[in-house]
Amino acid sequence: MQLTLWSYEGPPHVGALRIAASMTGVHLILHAPQGDTYADLLFTMIERRPSRPPVSYTSFQARDLGRDTAELFKTTVEATYERFKPELILIGESCTAELIQDQPGALAQGMGLPVPVLPLELPAYTRKENWGASETFYQMVRGLLKNRVPAPGTARELRAAGTRPTANLLGPTALGYRCRDDSLEVTRLLDSIGIGVNVVAPLGASPADLLRLPEADFNVCLYPEIADQACDWLRRSFGQPVVKTVPIGIGATHEFLHEAARAAGLELDTTPAPISSRMPWYSRSVDSTYLTGKRVFIFGDATHVVAAARMAADELGFTVVGLGTYAREFAREVREAAKRYGVEPLITDDYLEVEAKVAELHPELVLGTQMERHIAKRLGVPCAVISAPVHIQDFPSRYAPQMGFEGANVIFDTWVHPLMMGLEEHLVTMFREDFEFHDGATPSHLGSTAARSNPAPETPTAPMPATAAADAGGMVWAADAEQELKKIPFFVRGKAKRNTERFAEERGIQTITVETLYDAKAHFGR
Amino acid sequence: MSAPEIRCEQGQRQVFCGLSGIVWLHRKIQDAFFLVVGSRTCAHLLQSAAGVMIFAEPRFATAILQERDLAGLADCNQELDRVAAEVLERRPDIKTLFLVGSCPSEVIKLDLGKAAERLSEVYRGRVRVLDYSASGLETAFTQGEDACLQALLPELPTRPAGERSLLIVGTLPDVVEDQFKRLFAELGIGPVEFLPPRHATDYPSVGSGTLMLLAQPFVGETARALQQRGATLLTAPYPFGIEGTRAWLKAATDAWGIAAEQLERVTAPAIARAQTGLARQRDILAGKRISFLPDSQLEIPMARFLQRECGMELVEVATPFLDRQLMEAELPLLPPDLHLTEGQDLDLQLDRLRAARPDLTVCGLGLANPLEAEGLRTKWSIELVFTPVHGFDQAADLAELFARPLVRGALLKV
Repeated sequence: MQLTLWSYEGPPHVGALRIAASMTGVHLILHAPQGDTYADLLFTMIERRPSRPPVSYTSFQARDLGRDTAELFKTTVEATYERFKPELILIGESCTAELIQDQPGALAQGMGLPVPVLPLELPAYTRKENWGASETFYQMVRGLLKNRVPAPGTARELRAAGTRPTANLLGPTALGYRCRDDSLEVTRLLDSIGIGVNVVAPLGASPADLLRLPEADFNVCLYPEIADQACDWLRRSFGQPVVKTVPIGIGATHEFLHEAARAAGLELDTTPAPISSRMPWYSRSVDSTYLTGKRVFIFGDATHVVAAARMAADELGFTVVGLGTYAREFAREVREAAKRYGVEPLITDDYLEVEAKVAELHPELVLGTQMERHIAKRLGVPCAVISAPVHIQDFPSRYAPQMGFEGANVIFDTWVHPLMMGLEEHLVTMFREDFEFHDGATPSHLGSTAARSNPAPETPTAPMPATAAADAGGMVWAADAEQELKKIPFFVRGKAKRNTERFAEERGIQTITVETLYDAKAHFGR
Repeated sequence: MSAPEIRCEQGQRQVFCGLSGIVWLHRKIQDAFFLVVGSRTCAHLLQSAAGVMIFAEPRFATAILQERDLAGLADCNQELDRVAAEVLERRPDIKTLFLVGSCPSEVIKLDLGKAAERLSEVYRGRVRVLDYSASGLETAFTQGEDACLQALLPELPTRPAGERSLLIVGTLPDVVEDQFKRLFAELGIGPVEFLPPRHATDYPSVGSGTLMLLAQPFVGETARALQQRGATLLTAPYPFGIEGTRAWLKAATDAWGIAAEQLERVTAPAIARAQTGLARQRDILAGKRISFLPDSQLEIPMARFLQRECGMELVEVATPFLDRQLMEAELPLLPPDLHLTEGQDLDLQLDRLRAARPDLTVCGLGLANPLEAEGLRTKWSIELVFTPVHGFDQAADLAELFARPLVRGALLKV
């Protein structure tokens, strides 16, 4: 058993459901107990869809277990086909159905339905949501196209002269983080260099659209967590190159454009494209100077973490002090990024480990998922969301891409917003006893006059590894040193405390004095 | 009086499982922690429901079963001990730990009862460990509370024989609990105790002199278990609206032998206030047609209140489970020709709904937005569990919950 306060991903059948709900003409039949229909709310509430997701549940109960749940499943399949007449049926099991082993896939295939039936193998106790989505999408693409794969050695048909090159955008899904606007932004980006979009899938595509996938010149793998497998199979089967750079951030967007141009065989105009993002100037303007070296911890899915780290370091001038991912399948990319920034990568889906890491590193900003918001609240650290899992507030009404030039604008505003603004930061450091503006108060632009309800990071409610280790050494803080520590602004105080203790420990200092504090400060720099 | 005929349906059901009860129970009982033993699906359900709030301190978690547990390679009891220790180390302030069963744990027949006994021994004097099952196989939505309350029953001290007391069963918002306390005090009824208590350590006591009033229509198993302990169930409609609240209080005053005049005198000011407030909402609701899809078992008392006190017309009233003993006083108050459904066959029910096109449909969140998009006004039913709606002083608020979507529909010009 694994103790899970918060889970970064749902079960794999939710991934399958996301693919079905992304598409038209596809219906998922899920063998699942009563209550698993909660998943509908993810779409109707969190994503605010105006229609029911295309899924039928057997919703068996205890009383059915004594009878024939397989029969119940078949009845559901018949009723579902009659009512919805989908072009393609997916068959899946939830975690409980996996235990009773009715073999619904085989049952459905034996029912002689007049449309393709695709049984899904979704091991609920070993795999998770993104894997389920990726597998479902891959099986669907392969199932529909495997009879059309040209014989090995067949040359790819050349595009007729004068026709516009096209790309498929693969990976956007229902319930994907900002997929709706990212697809639009990337479509505009490609259009700006003369490339059209052939099919966006799975989001908005039908099974018939998937049959048109081979017509594009290349594939854009927008979300590797979802489309990596399918892109790879299309490359091997139809010789379509894959553009793998994910255009999040200014640098990555430029690279993406070059890579797409190469895949389409276009000469990118040698005149530099007019910068269509305000973000570089915002980041260079003097009010952003105080952002320099802000210590940031980054966690989420691999794609968004790697992109965020690059933006944080190269485009905002933050210092990346930690990064990690819950997506084990993509740990390699995150490990490489961690090397680049000289930090230890954290590859885990255990929320408690992430929490411990954040507590230990004392960052000034956390960029993460909905789950890191819980951590940041507990530790009193500013936080912005960069990756799924997210909740309703991160499916906004306004245009809010992460990708492309507008995405960079959105990201600048989002990440800087939770930080205390420059003037306030200066004044809080200079004058510490103000009745309104003080350490315990929330940054005033965030509106709340209530004191932070959380203890500041240096007085954690539970023993934290860092302090526990320090106490074990029998080290004490002299009263005046402790007072002096309180004069350091709260957002860097935790770090200062840790550095001072480390400095003292290395030198065998038993009692930390004011002198020790300043010696350590000189030793470590800021 | 003749009650309407009940039609039973089976098929696809769009309801929550009992685990969702944790979403309000963790607030009601503040020193309790809910540890679900289940799969990633269970964890996902809980965080999808409650995760929009940001918790500095978690109040619930899931012990997710792994392959090793299913293959019998790991001893589930040892695993459970390890996980419980982890939870209690993090939250040393917890007084009650609930081990909550789920579909997977039920199917593999994991004995959480034994585990709870064992862990209670281990943490004796510090934490009480209890268990209940809130699996979808056995419970729908609010039945999760019924199961949780039953788990608390062995903890209730026994009241000496002959000592009279009133026990109110079912979660009430704090403000409503306090209003009822004041009313009972004025009526001269006491001692009055509540289940669940606000703190898992301050349990009501129960004995042969205990009289029970149910605040919620979904605590049937708990009520019957309390009858086993000698308590007497007072039959009454539920305290929604003026009529329901008055009849509910009257069941208690009759049992206490308090004169009807005393009841009238004590309740008159609150009733007058409620009538004023209700009149405004009645103007909006009267003559409007309403359907209830099954969700929480609150449908029947709500329908009764809306039809009799707000002048609404009932098209279909469906409930996930109909406890005839608990509905004894409610059913005769419904129109005898009402289409009353127990259970659900979702798609057929939606066909009926689309044919009838009521002015308002009470349904769960999985259906609300899709029905709105079809031009049907909806009232999402979960709010009835999350809002103070009992008693005289909430009667107008309750009606307003149903009036609000209609008012909004008329307001919006886009």
